[in-house]
Amino acid sequence: MSNKKSYKILFLLLTIILIVCFFVNISLGSVSIPLKDVFNSLISGSTERETWQHIIQNYRLPKAITAILVGSGLGISGLLMQTLFRNPLAGPFVLGISSGASLGVALIVLGSSVFSGILTSSFMGQWSIVIAASLGSLLVLLAVLIISLKVRDTMAILIIGLMFSSITAAIVSVLSYFGSAEQLQQYIFWGFGSLGNLSWNEILIFAIVYVLGLLISVSAIKSLNTLLLGENYAKSLGLNIKRNRLTIILATSLLAGTITAFSGPIAFIGLAIPHIARQIFNTSNHKTLLPAVFLFGAIVMLICDSISQLPNTEKTLPINAITSLFGAPIVIWLLVRKRKMIF
Amino acid sequence: MNYKASNIVLKTKNLSVGYTSKKKATVVASNINIELKKGELVGLIGANGIGKSTLLRTLTNVQPKLKGSISINGNLLQDYSSLALAKVMSIVLTESLASKNLTVFELVALGRQPYTNWVGNLTKNDIALINKALEQTNILELKNKKCFELSDGQLQKVMISRALAQSTDIIILDEPTTHLDMYHKAYILKLLQKLAKETNKTILFSTHEIDLAIQLSNKLVIMTNNQVVYDEPCSLIQKGTFDELFPKDLIAFNNKTGSFRIKK
Repeated sequence: MSNKKSYKILFLLLTIILIVCFFVNISLGSVSIPLKDVFNSLISGSTERETWQHIIQNYRLPKAITAILVGSGLGISGLLMQTLFRNPLAGPFVLGISSGASLGVALIVLGSSVFSGILTSSFMGQWSIVIAASLGSLLVLLAVLIISLKVRDTMAILIIGLMFSSITAAIVSVLSYFGSAEQLQQYIFWGFGSLGNLSWNEILIFAIVYVLGLLISVSAIKSLNTLLLGENYAKSLGLNIKRNRLTIILATSLLAGTITAFSGPIAFIGLAIPHIARQIFNTSNHKTLLPAVFLFGAIVMLICDSISQLPNTEKTLPINAITSLFGAPIVIWLLVRKRKMIF
Repeated sequence: MNYKASNIVLKTKNLSVGYTSKKKATVVASNINIELKKGELVGLIGANGIGKSTLLRTLTNVQPKLKGSISINGNLLQDYSSLALAKVMSIVLTESLASKNLTVFELVALGRQPYTNWVGNLTKNDIALINKALEQTNILELKNKKCFELSDGQLQKVMISRALAQSTDIIILDEPTTHLDMYHKAYILKLLQKLAKETNKTILFSTHEIDLAIQLSNKLVIMTNNQVVYDEPCSLIQKGTFDELFPKDLIAFNNKTGSFRIKK
């Protein structure tokens, strides 16, 4: 069992990298703050200048925590979906969670001109978008859940999820056609994704749902491993396929649903992180993969966020573009280097 | 019914198998009466489409029976919870694995799932049983190999090993010799014979290797268009049951060699 030892070293290394990335992420931003003051602010809560303290405690720290929640949550829900559907191309959004959220947001942002009487623009605010995204993904999700109880074949659920995505995309297109340029811009900006701008209250709600999703995922580790044999074998080992399917879908929706509601549809992480973890740990055992995906997801998201901040400048790049720009080459490199996709 | 004294592990009574859709029931095979005993290797033989898979799917509780009864260790199949059934019956299927990125040990270890805790941790006893199963199938040296590195013959041994690790009274195999060369076909069936004898488990397998099944099985279940016959290979030959197995235009059963020959 030499594997176990090397896993331990890898996990230790990744944890250290995560901590380093966390501090680097907090110390970088449009205003440059000395590293010493960053530490002081986090530990004792006092810095040389009060504005720094304010920036770190109310802006950078929440953003770094959001990055960890978003990265690890998307990675884990991607892993759950890839194992459930036995499909390396599956991600957290295959069930239509992000398209449901975008429909909700599109209705609020773009729909105000179509249904001008019902929704007034004064209603717009941070919370209205979160609520719209949550309701949208919840609606699509409920539809998928009800169908998953009736459908025997797991693959059919995958196709049904894709169909829901198409329907919502079509409705968004129609809404966009009638929307004004300003509204379109606002909608597109939501689509870029954003880790910042979350208050501590919002993070608290975010974290509660996240932890719930995480706990359910951890409880599914054994059944996820059983599913590696295929559904028929899993059944012969006493696994209740339908209940287990429901559990996995529920965990994914809690994780991916809240993430999309608070941070927008952040692409790529959910698909790529499980592959990175599988390639580096060279295993499909979820007992190893789940914590590995958690660490990789959090690290990659923190790095992507640090890059998108363009340190010491006023500008920030859309996080959604950075995740793909930064992550896709890594996955390509890993696959080319190992010459074999591990799944 | 004193099932323990008679060593009967699996018993069917007037069993009918088939499919139900809406209101219509399609009977594939009926009047199936078999009694599988401890330590027996039993072959299931029949032409393509005759209902071998349907019967196996019914016996393993994947699909419901139409009529009659199936009992395992004296209890009705429908009274078993899926977990309880997993502790008395293990299966080897023809379908390929969802992931071949597991090591042989990890895969065989999955056979212990009905017994492990919520996160699937293996106890010392589990590990001992896994190693024993690897030993019984002669694949101890493959232990740390990944499943994608294995040949079809090796993989089949691994799947049998996994079924052994599940510590069940019955192992049911669906065409365990497909995709294998002649040597490995004989090897796998010989292995099953040895396992049935040594472990006192009941092993039921479906196959198209009629001559091998006749030589190695204790009993045979023969499915023909008209009936399902259950008996020892020799008496089945005497009864001429094999002549009814296939259409008579191309091949004929030779009683002396116990195999089919092309008609001249």
